Amino acid sequence: MADAKIRIEGASKRYTDDVLALKPVDLTLKENSFTCLLGPSGCGKSTLLNMIAGFIPPSEGRILVDDVAVNGAGADRGVVFQEYALFPWRTAVENVAFGPMIQKKPRAEQLKIAAHYLEMVGLAGHEDKFPTELSGGMKQRVAIARALANNPSVLLMDEPFGALDAQTREVLQEELLRICEAERKTIVFVTHSISESIFLADQVVVMATRPGAIRAVFDVDLPHPRDRSSVEFVAMEKKIKQMVREEVQKLGVS
Amino acid sequence: MATVSLETGAEPSAAAARARRGAAWRANLIRLASICSFFLGWQLLAFLNVHVFKFFNPILLPPPTAAFAVGVEMVISGELQRHILASLSRVVQGFLIAAVMGVAVGTLVGRSKLLENMIDPMIELLRPIPPLAFLPMMVLWFGIGEQSKIAFIAYAAFFPIFTTTVEGIKYVDPLLIRAASSLGASRSEIFRYVVLPAATPNIITGLRLGFGLSFFVIVAAEFIASDSGLGFLINDARTFFLVSNMLLGAAVIGLIGFIFNFGLRQLEARLLRWRKSGRH
Repeated sequence: MADAKIRIEGASKRYTDDVLALKPVDLTLKENSFTCLLGPSGCGKSTLLNMIAGFIPPSEGRILVDDVAVNGAGADRGVVFQEYALFPWRTAVENVAFGPMIQKKPRAEQLKIAAHYLEMVGLAGHEDKFPTELSGGMKQRVAIARALANNPSVLLMDEPFGALDAQTREVLQEELLRICEAERKTIVFVTHSISESIFLADQVVVMATRPGAIRAVFDVDLPHPRDRSSVEFVAMEKKIKQMVREEVQKLGVS
Repeated sequence: MATVSLETGAEPSAAAARARRGAAWRANLIRLASICSFFLGWQLLAFLNVHVFKFFNPILLPPPTAAFAVGVEMVISGELQRHILASLSRVVQGFLIAAVMGVAVGTLVGRSKLLENMIDPMIELLRPIPPLAFLPMMVLWFGIGEQSKIAFIAYAAFFPIFTTTVEGIKYVDPLLIRAASSLGASRSEIFRYVVLPAATPNIITGLRLGFGLSFFVIVAAEFIASDSGLGFLINDARTFFLVSNMLLGAAVIGLIGFIFNFGLRQLEARLLRWRKSGRH
């Protein structure tokens, strides 16, 4: 495939105690596509994301980004974490300027880039606040700006809106799509919210539990902005919900 | 964007700020009154003991004014300044050695499992031994001059600085390290920009503890073979039964410790201003 950005070739993860966390996965993600990894906890969706990020190596198989095997984390793959992972001793603008600083850009340019991305995520005027002074939603905006400021071609998001309240969550989903229009990225987005995945993604990968594996891949070709109450949306939601429920049941009573 | 205003918290009202300032003012007033009543009570006890009860020999507990008078006398003669300077110079030198060694060795041990396994058992073995137990030996090794006192302070202050540094370096949030590595930071850049700043609160706590301990042990060091310093002042007064001088020595140590601790706390608040601003 010519426009394949990320190719996952038989990548699996087995932890030392011989528990199979993720069965071998084969998946191709197109350039500038938006893929959601969807499933209940324990389906290996975060494991898969962490392997693409290079935080953990696959036990077997390999992952190629731009035809190069992933070996460790890299600036070409920005990561947004559920827990924000902002540097608490740095102000918002200094957090966003971290990537440009590592790239050894001149100080003035670092600050210019950081200010630009903070404005993009709607945080102009909050540059000099420390993370402790920001709400959860604002922290995640800073974290997204920080990842974007490095201009990665891949953006990996690990349940980024999972810790936010429902309203903030929907606002950020819409803004993420707006940002995606402006900045072309290949996005991998981990979530356990079915509605979130259908709202955002071009491709929803439903994952199986025990062991973790890919259960099914859905292409979502509804036009943006998507209406959560439209017939097509609801139908797809229902179909995926059924599938996810089966996977949850495999985990036993919880 | 309309959404942002939803998330910013409401500014605290002026009335609430005024009420908080009032409460802080009241708390400080109570603290001040507490100190004053302590000295007044002491003065009263000494006075009553002399003129009313004859409860104990007045020489055992002179009033605070007597200690103060001795202090004024010794400042005029320049003797008190000489002792303060002698003690401070030892504390600062010993503390600086401890700070450099504690942070450096602590950082190395915090970074390397091998070094941790090599160095940690030795330190864990030495740590529970009160540093005072080594003082006579230090005098034998380094002589009765300045060196033994500085070495002793450095030894005593090393432990808290070392231990807190190791903890700080070791328990940096792994998520922050992941975040930095995904932003392209190399191992050395992660150390400089993530591990060190993350460990700074711990290191500062260790330095503060170490400094307190330096003062703690200097007095003991100056009891043994010394002709200057606040410890010497106290011990020398003991031989002549000058209780006022002993009280003065203790009070000056307390005052210096208080001032330094205050200074270090101010420095801490400045360096770690990012930690505080949670509520506004």
